[in-house]
Amino acid sequence: MTVITPASEAELADAVRSANAPFAIRGGGTRSPAATRPVLSTAALSGVVLYEPGALTLVVKAGTPLAEVEAVLAEKSQRLAFEPMDHRPVLGTSGEPTIGGALAVNASGPRRVQAGAARDFLLGAVFVDGEGTRVRNGGRVMKNVTGYDLARLQAGARGTLGVLTELSFKVLPVPERVATLALACDDPSRAVAEMARALGSPYEVTGAAWDAARMLLRIEGFAESVSYRAGELARLIPGLVPVDEDPWPALRDGAALAETQRDIWRISLRASHGAILAERLCGAGAKVTLDWGGALLWAAVAPGTDLRAQMADLGGHATRLRGEGNIPALHPDPAPVAALAAGLRQKFDPRGLFAPEG
Amino acid sequence: MELPRPNPMVLERRAEIVARLKEALPADTVIDDPRGLVAYECDALTAYRCPPLAVVLPRSTDEVAAALRICHAMDVPVVPRGAGTSLAGGSLPTADAVVIGVARLTEVLETDYADRIIRLQTGRTNLSVTGAVEADGFFYAPDPSSQLACAISGNIGMNSGGAHCLKYGVTTNNLLGVTMVLMDGTVVEIGGAYMDAGDLDLLSVICGSEGQLGIVTEATLRILPKPEGARPVLMGFDSSRVAGACVSDIIEAGVLPVAIEFMDRPCIRACEAFAHAGYPDVEALLIIEVEGSPAEIDHQLRLIREIAERHAPEVIRESTSAEESAAIWLGRKSAFGAMGQINDYMCLDGTIPVTELPLVLERIGELSAQYGLGVANVFHAGDGNMHPLILFDANKPGDLELCEQMGADILRLCVEVGGCLTGEHGVGVEKRDLMTVQFSREDLEAQLKVKDVFDPKWLLNAAKVFPLAVTEGRRP
Repeated sequence: MTVITPASEAELADAVRSANAPFAIRGGGTRSPAATRPVLSTAALSGVVLYEPGALTLVVKAGTPLAEVEAVLAEKSQRLAFEPMDHRPVLGTSGEPTIGGALAVNASGPRRVQAGAARDFLLGAVFVDGEGTRVRNGGRVMKNVTGYDLARLQAGARGTLGVLTELSFKVLPVPERVATLALACDDPSRAVAEMARALGSPYEVTGAAWDAARMLLRIEGFAESVSYRAGELARLIPGLVPVDEDPWPALRDGAALAETQRDIWRISLRASHGAILAERLCGAGAKVTLDWGGALLWAAVAPGTDLRAQMADLGGHATRLRGEGNIPALHPDPAPVAALAAGLRQKFDPRGLFAPEG
Repeated sequence: MELPRPNPMVLERRAEIVARLKEALPADTVIDDPRGLVAYECDALTAYRCPPLAVVLPRSTDEVAAALRICHAMDVPVVPRGAGTSLAGGSLPTADAVVIGVARLTEVLETDYADRIIRLQTGRTNLSVTGAVEADGFFYAPDPSSQLACAISGNIGMNSGGAHCLKYGVTTNNLLGVTMVLMDGTVVEIGGAYMDAGDLDLLSVICGSEGQLGIVTEATLRILPKPEGARPVLMGFDSSRVAGACVSDIIEAGVLPVAIEFMDRPCIRACEAFAHAGYPDVEALLIIEVEGSPAEIDHQLRLIREIAERHAPEVIRESTSAEESAAIWLGRKSAFGAMGQINDYMCLDGTIPVTELPLVLERIGELSAQYGLGVANVFHAGDGNMHPLILFDANKPGDLELCEQMGADILRLCVEVGGCLTGEHGVGVEKRDLMTVQFSREDLEAQLKVKDVFDPKWLLNAAKVFPLAVTEGRRP
């Protein structure tokens, strides 16, 4: 299959302008199986454009591998606080995740519950729309309400409104210490209730998950402060004990579900409804974990299961991350909202060059 | 500043428009007498005024939809209004516009502490959101200085920030869902009491769209547990440049205060006279606040103090009581009012990269000398959001125009060093004509396309945000 790898934003814009058939936009290729269309790769749009540790800001080209971004930040003891997931374990793909890919799916890990999502750390974006026009929006400052926020609109748009070429982010310091506390608990309702207690406390929990056997909490910060808060949380939730392992990368990536032969779903819903849906799905034999205090539910279910039918009364939305069949991967929006989304896609990509495959 | 000429076809049909509105809505919902309309002729940008054609104050989303359906069918421009506190003229009417205000929509619809959300009608004031949950140990984080008066609808429209957003983010980071009425009367529910969007994140573009995409009548907001405690420290320096360098060093050192506020001498003196907060009389003052348990606060303040000592501060003083802390914040949050008591001023809102603070302050000083107008600086130093107050005399012919020119120069400077025109007040009419300084024609066109989708007739607040020449041909 053809792979076009523009060496510059201008070349990319030319490629889009002269295209007459849809592309598969490709960052590091960790989310996409073999494409059936010509691939438009951002691999050559790579590198840090500007990094100002004293302003907590990073400007980076979209095709830059996440590992490279993280290494640059680590040198100054800073990081991307939104903890983007790595899709490779679940999807069985290879390749290197890129910063553009992470933003395009708004990939946000366990810290989302406290610090926010990829979209919350985005300060600006440059993209090339479906007519080959370069658009700059936002900037590199933390407070900016100048004009519409088209940059943030790209977060989670999966490249359907344009090909991302450059992004700026707010970054945060790496904490001095991280601690994880665990409570033995195989009941999702109890886990969600205990997580709500922790998240409703002033102790700044930066991770609250349930791995089917344990409720897990994470606290980060200066060493003295972490020990203090760990003590207070243990007082608040009897039975909570420190653990030495770091379970968060695996929770972030849905790794516990990856081994199964089942379809994998990621469901964003109200935290207390996470408990209800977990009970339902566990009762039906699914393998379930919870993150974000219950507001993110991961499920491995029998191939072809329509999980949305089981949460119609709960609200929120379900994304099928792995699996095939006629069920759409993304949750359909109600008609008037879907009409707005379709209208935006028509404006930014009138020729449908960036429409999802399939 | 120019507003489009009112559409004579709309003005001619005034009686019919008012009649249709009165027919569809309860009698006390529609205001059309000239004396009543005067109350809506401006917002907090009082230099510009224009009474609207009529005002509608609905009591429900359905009534908002009914009013919009009529305006849509009759091609009447609509100006949405929250509490009317916009400093950018976001709710400044035109003579052919119907103002739809959400002031009567103030109910809390749901509070859930386990899920940490509150759902409410958007006419509710910012401070009373926290008021509804603070007895239970929670708060709503965005805290614009106008929080006593400003409405959540306006906060969403302008993506409002505040002093504490260095840690907690601005409105867009704390907004989970909206009920919004489109110009044609369609009611849409976007987002909800969950964190991420399913398909496109439309909330992103709705928040900060200055009432140009729809009227938001209900919102689901994230609420947070109150910290155990908070304590501000005051630091005085003998130059703004040194204070700016100190801010950068604190941030780079990995300490993340909840707020870092800056004031220069003219502003310090005005605030001190107003609030008696015990501000030292220095060239530049930083108010830095940290949160946590008493021990955590002590630890962070120790680190901050160590960094500050390297910059030879004239004064470092920690608050020693809750009363003192409250007074320190009262002084800062009253800054605009305090300055207003001694002078007419225009408040700017540009943001710059924090690292450019010393340079920008120096250049503002030069512009002040060049124009012969005083400047008082008060701003959120941690995130680079500046509020220079340009002092002028409203009774002196030509002074306002001179002040506007100087303001434009300062905002151009903000863009030049890598920043933007507005950090939290919005573009409105005030900065509309400077948009081409920050954006190319293509960049602006992309934004206009969004409005094309939400409001194809360009009836909603259409004379704002974008230069009139750019929207010519789209507006009716």
